[in-house]
Amino acid sequence: MTLLDFARGPAMQIAIIIFVVGIVWRLVGVWGLRQKKDLSEARSKGAWVGGLKGLFAHAWPYKPFVPSVGTQYIVGYVIHLGLFIVLFFGTPHMLFFADIVGFTWWTLPGGVITFVAVITTVALFIALAKRLTNPVQRLISNFDDYATWFVTTLPFVTGLATNANLWPDYETGLAIHLLSVWLLLIYFPFGKLMHSFWFVVSRYTTGSRFARRGGMA
Amino acid sequence: MSNTTTEMTLDLEAKRLSVVEPGTRVDVQGDMSDEERVEKAMTNFAKDFGRVTATYMEACIHCGACAHACPFYKASGNPRHTPIWKIEPFKQAYKREAGPLAFFYKAFNLKPKVTVDELKEWQELLYDTCTLCGRCTLICPMSIDIATLVGMARHGMFHAGLVPHELYTVTEKAQREGSPLGATPQVFEDRVEWMGDEHEVEMHMNEDQADVLVLMSSIEIQKYPESMAATAKILNQMGKTWTFRTDGYEATNFGMLSGNTGWQKEMSMKVIDTAEKIGAKLVILPECGHAYQALRWQGANMYGKPLPFKVQHISEFLADAVDSGSLKLKTVNKTVAFHDPCQVSRRGGATSAPRKVLEALGVKLIESKSGGSMNTCCGGGGGVITIHRADTLRYKVMGAKFRQLGETGAEMMVTSCSNCRQNFDDSGEKLNWDKQMNSLLELVADNLVEEAEK
Ligand code: HEM
Ligand code: SF4
Ligand code: SF4
Repeated sequence: MTLLDFARGPAMQIAIIIFVVGIVWRLVGVWGLRQKKDLSEARSKGAWVGGLKGLFAHAWPYKPFVPSVGTQYIVGYVIHLGLFIVLFFGTPHMLFFADIVGFTWWTLPGGVITFVAVITTVALFIALAKRLTNPVQRLISNFDDYATWFVTTLPFVTGLATNANLWPDYETGLAIHLLSVWLLLIYFPFGKLMHSFWFVVSRYTTGSRFARRGGMA
Repeated sequence: MSNTTTEMTLDLEAKRLSVVEPGTRVDVQGDMSDEERVEKAMTNFAKDFGRVTATYMEACIHCGACAHACPFYKASGNPRHTPIWKIEPFKQAYKREAGPLAFFYKAFNLKPKVTVDELKEWQELLYDTCTLCGRCTLICPMSIDIATLVGMARHGMFHAGLVPHELYTVTEKAQREGSPLGATPQVFEDRVEWMGDEHEVEMHMNEDQADVLVLMSSIEIQKYPESMAATAKILNQMGKTWTFRTDGYEATNFGMLSGNTGWQKEMSMKVIDTAEKIGAKLVILPECGHAYQALRWQGANMYGKPLPFKVQHISEFLADAVDSGSLKLKTVNKTVAFHDPCQVSRRGGATSAPRKVLEALGVKLIESKSGGSMNTCCGGGGGVITIHRADTLRYKVMGAKFRQLGETGAEMMVTSCSNCRQNFDDSGEKLNWDKQMNSLLELVADNLVEEAEK
C-alpha cells in the first residue's frame, strides 16, 4: 500500500468516523445537560423569532463597533469564504466529493481557485500575526487556538504545493495534502473548530433569551 | 494579606512620589483552608453548569472582540480586563470537570485544576471590573452572554469567601438588617413620614390591602428621599390604592450582586411574600437597575413559579400612565441626554419606556453616540461602586461617559437609576463635571398637571 492508498483508504475512513462521532458526542454532551425553565413573565411572545434574528445580527458588528473590529471581521470573512470556495468549487475537490455523493456540480477555473487559496492563506497568516501580537488575543489564546490555526492552514499550504507541483514526488505530495485534511477532520471535534456548530446554538440562545425580555443582544 | 516590605521600587514618574503601586490586595472572608476554598468554589461553580452556560463556554473562539465593548478594558487598556478572560477560572472548571471532553482535558491535564491563587487573582476581575452591563455580548460574534457568566462565577467566589470586603459587608448587613445601607424598617418608616411632611404629600404605610406595592432602594431612602415623595405624589394623583410596607420595601438585592443565591432568594422572597399578603396586583420598582434584574427577570425563578403579580420599573409605569392619558405633564423646554441603566434597557428590555415619558414631557431628547440599548455603562453597577480599590478605574470609566454625554450638547442630564445617579454625583464631584444627573421620576413629579389645572 502506497502512502496515497493509505490516505485514500483507511486514513480517510478513520478520520471521518472520528469527525462524525466526535461532533455528535460534543453536541449531545452539551444538549444533554439540564436547563431550568425561565419562569419570568415574557415581555413578548415568539422568542424564537429573536433567536433567528440573532443568527444574522451578529454576522457583522453593530455600528459603534465597526471602527474597532471591522477589519478583523473582514479578515475573518476572507478566511471563511476562501475555505468554502476552495473546498466546494475547486475541480479536484468537487470530483472527490462527487465520487461519494454520486453527482457533479459547477466549479471555478483552476487559476481562480489558486488565487483564492493564496489570498486565504495570506489572511490566515494575518490572523495568526494578530493573535501573536495583539495583547488581548495573546493573553486569551491557548493551545487550541494555535492548533486550530495549524490544522486549517496546513491543507492550504499542502494543497498549493501540490497544485504547483512542488513536491519531489507528486503522489506522495497529494497523499500529504489528503492526510493534512484528515488531520483537520480528526482535530475538528476536539477544539474550537466546533464553532461552526456552536455559533448557531449560541447566537440563537442569546437572541431568543433577550427577545423574550425585549432587550438587546 | 499584605506584609510590610522594603523591597518596593520607587515610582519617580508619577506626579505624586510614592512607591510603585503594589499588586491588588485580595480580600478573604472566613478561615477556611485553601483546599476548602477551592472545593467550595468548584461545588458552586458546578451548580451553574447547565445547557445555556455550557453552550456559551464552548462557543468562544478567542477573537478578543469583546474587549472593545467593555468600558473597563477601554478605560484601562489592560488585556486582563477582556470580558471573556474574567471568567477564565469558571470556564476552566467547566472544561475540566463538566464538559463533554472533561475526561480528555483531565487525562492529558490540558486544563489544570483551578487553584486558590488563581481565584484570588480573579477577585478583581469578577468584582472590581465588571458591572454585568452586557455590552460585550453585543460585539461578540458568538453572542455570548458574558455578564450572566460573571454573575454565576461570583457564586463560587462568595462561597469560597473571596468577595471584596466592602461588597461582603453591605451584603451581610442587608441580610441581617434588611437593607445594605442602614435603611432598616424603622429608618424607612421615619424617612417616609419625614418626606410626607416635608412635601405635604399623603403617604401610605403598612396598609393591609393595596393594589400596588411600592419598593424603594436604600440609595433612595438614604440619599435621594425625594424619590419617595415623588412616587407618592404621582400615585395619589392617579388615584391608585398603594402602599409602602416595612416588611417588604428594599428593592436592592446584594445577595444577587455578591453571589449568594440563598440570600438572593431570601431577599426576593421578603418582597414577594409581602406583595402576596396584601393582594398586590403590581409591584413598582424604584429607579434602580439591578432591582429590575432581580425581581422582574429573576424573581419568579427564585420563587419557583410565575409571580402572582406584575412587576414594573417606575419608568415603565410612568410610560403606561402617560400613554393611557392618566397622567398629564407640563412641557419642559429643555434639551435632554438620557443615560440608560444597562439592567433596565439593554438587559431589561424597557428601553422605550423612558423615551415615551421624555416625549410626554416635551423635551428634545438628544441620543448619545452609542445610546439606548447600546449604551455604555457608567461603571458603577454590579456592586462596583461599593469597592474602594476600584475607584481609580471607575472614575476613568465615568470620564469617558462624561465625554460621551457632553458631545450631545444637551442642557439637562437624566437617568432612571439611583445607583447610576450616585455614581454620577460621586464622579462628578471628583472630576469637576459641569453638569448634574437628574432623576426621570423626580422630573415627572415636578411637572405634573395637578387636578385643579386640568
Ligand atoms: C459555518 C459557520 C462558521 C462561522 C459563522 C464561523 C465564524 C467564525 C468567526 C466569527 C471567527 C472569528 C474571526 C475573528 O477572529 O474575528 C472564526 C475564526 C476561525 N474560523 Fe470559523 N466559522 C465558521 C466555520 C468554520 C469552519 C468550517 C472552519 C474550518 C474548517 C473555520 C475555521 C476558522 C479558523 C481557523 C478561525 C480562527 C482564525 C484565527 O486564528 O483567529 N470556521 N470563525
Ligand atoms: S468576543 Fe465572544 S467569541 Fe470573541 S473572545 Fe470574546 S467571548 Fe470569545
Ligand atoms: S458585562 Fe460590561 S463590564 Fe462586564 S465584561 Fe461585559 S462589557 Fe465589561
